[in-house]
Amino acid sequence: MLVFEKNAMTEEIEQLVAKYGNNRSSLLPILQDVQRMHKHIPDFAQQEVARLLGIHPVEVYSVITFYSFLNTQPKGRNIVRLCQTIACDLFGKKSVVKAVERELGITFGETTKDGKFTLEYVNCLGMCDQGPVLLINERVYSKVTPEKAIQILGGVK
Amino acid sequence: MMNQEKKDRKGTVLFSKYARGEAIKKALSQTREDILFELRESKLKGRGGAGFPTATKWTIVAAATSKTKYVICNADEGEPGTFKDRVLLLEYPELVLDGMVVAGYTIGAENGIIYLRGEYEYMKKSLEDYLHEMRKDKLLGREILNKTNFNFDITIRMGSGAYVCGEETALIESLEGNRGEARNRPPYPVSTGLLGAPTVVNNVETLASISHIVTKGGLWFKKYGTDKSTGSKLFSVSGDCEKPGVYELPWGTRISEMLEIVGAKNTKAVQVGGASGTCIPKSGFNRILAYEDAATGGSIMIFNESRNMLHVLKNFMEFFVEESCGQCTPCRIGNVKLLEGIELLEQGKCTFSYLNQLKELGKTMQIASKCGLGQSSPNSFISILDNFKEEIFDGNGGTYGK
Ligand SMILES: Cc1cc2nc3c(=O)[nH]c(=O)nc-3n(C[C@H](O)[C@H](O)[C@H](O)COP(=O)(O)O)c2cc1C
Ligand code: SF4
Ligand code: FES
Repeated sequence: MLVFEKNAMTEEIEQLVAKYGNNRSSLLPILQDVQRMHKHIPDFAQQEVARLLGIHPVEVYSVITFYSFLNTQPKGRNIVRLCQTIACDLFGKKSVVKAVERELGITFGETTKDGKFTLEYVNCLGMCDQGPVLLINERVYSKVTPEKAIQILGGVK
Repeated sequence: MMNQEKKDRKGTVLFSKYARGEAIKKALSQTREDILFELRESKLKGRGGAGFPTATKWTIVAAATSKTKYVICNADEGEPGTFKDRVLLLEYPELVLDGMVVAGYTIGAENGIIYLRGEYEYMKKSLEDYLHEMRKDKLLGREILNKTNFNFDITIRMGSGAYVCGEETALIESLEGNRGEARNRPPYPVSTGLLGAPTVVNNVETLASISHIVTKGGLWFKKYGTDKSTGSKLFSVSGDCEKPGVYELPWGTRISEMLEIVGAKNTKAVQVGGASGTCIPKSGFNRILAYEDAATGGSIMIFNESRNMLHVLKNFMEFFVEESCGQCTPCRIGNVKLLEGIELLEQGKCTFSYLNQLKELGKTMQIASKCGLGQSSPNSFISILDNFKEEIFDGNGGTYGK
């Protein structure tokens, strides 16, 4: 990271600490915001959060690794999550997987070369009556077919 | 097929008429003891799965002398096949949030927290707008409805994709900024909850039921359901049926009646209670949905004759292997062993003696695991292997014995 990037990051985290409060209970909301803005939580951000909350950086790292929506390595700009649980599985998850993988040229768990998409599986998204279900960033798409999935991805910036 | 909407929803209790703020007004005109009395009268049990009597929980926290207390709405809804809390939060926020305010008044808390699963981020904005409206109408904030000495506000906290954080002590750990690892109990959250303060943790639907109980009374609520399971329940129905969705039905409904209502044909099995529930074969379709028989937090998944039950089971076990917090050995290793056993079955390589050992392992996990995840994850393993033996061993589901 360049120095000015570091400074910007420090400032950003200082603001988040001010917003959520300088205590351990604020850790997750702070990390969630960093994650949202940068699509991951870089090492330097972890150190800064630890320093400002007065906890050990290992504690921060340990919390990040516990939650599947937080990650320390960069991911694509758009995170495409497909429900892998049984109700969606019964109604065509597999064919959606095939179509999406073919179209983007990557498999689940990977990020496209241009950094636009990361494909991931998730567990039940609470839309089991309308499966298969896709969660793209924060938006849900239900009753997805292979064709519809590709159309949806085409509409993502 | 159209998705259901609020105006089409019918139900005797939860979906019955309710005007926003009604429960709060009524509650504030009563004493705390009156409210606890009505709750006890209603015999309401927690809708999150465990079925603990809500009146008991509230009474303990109300009696605690601590200055700080918390009300937590558990909106982590992660059990596979459960989506009724989504419907309540999106279409009936008034029921849930009024229920939280009533809880705050009754137990003497000033802070309410909604722990909303990360997957439901898209609901956050509408809930926040709703909270804002409540503050404007003095249903939230300082001196609610001009009642001096009663201040209560609600904040929303997000989860980050961990099923185990629905377990109340793991949820509290998560709120405190830790890994969502379940705590040893006792102490229970009612005495030592969030930041050490007495805490009520209730499911979304439990809180929604409370708004109705406070306005219409415990006796009214008790008219529905069975003696041990009072009131009605929201069922999240998915799988092989014509009309999946959320249904309000009284406790005591037979599984066969449920199948009729949702238009399920050629049903082979019904998974009651999600991945951690049990799988019921045809011979059990006359059982009733109730705490005393087939208990469920609401998840009903239907499988027809064309489905491969070993595949269903494998999907469940993969879920638990991923979602175990890894803190205790029976659950961390046990679930992996059960999944490996299923893979052996698929390949036709699992001996009966090994399978029996795995079932014993499942029983050990039910006893020795630290929290409900590991205690209930073997349920589907044991019930599917027991109830669908023929399918699995005749080579339809697995190739063993071929
Ligand atoms: C692994 C696990 C996950 C759970 N997930 C939820 C959940 O998503 N929502 C919920 O209300 N209760 C969940 N529970 C049950 C809670 O621990 C707790 O019993 C419940 O929130 C109490 O509320 P109630 O009495 O209103 O049901 C879960 C329990 C376990 C063991
Ligand atoms: S039973 Fe499983 S989820 Fe619960 S504490 Fe043990 S390892 Fe964690
Ligand atoms: S199983 Fe896919 S949303 Fe529930």
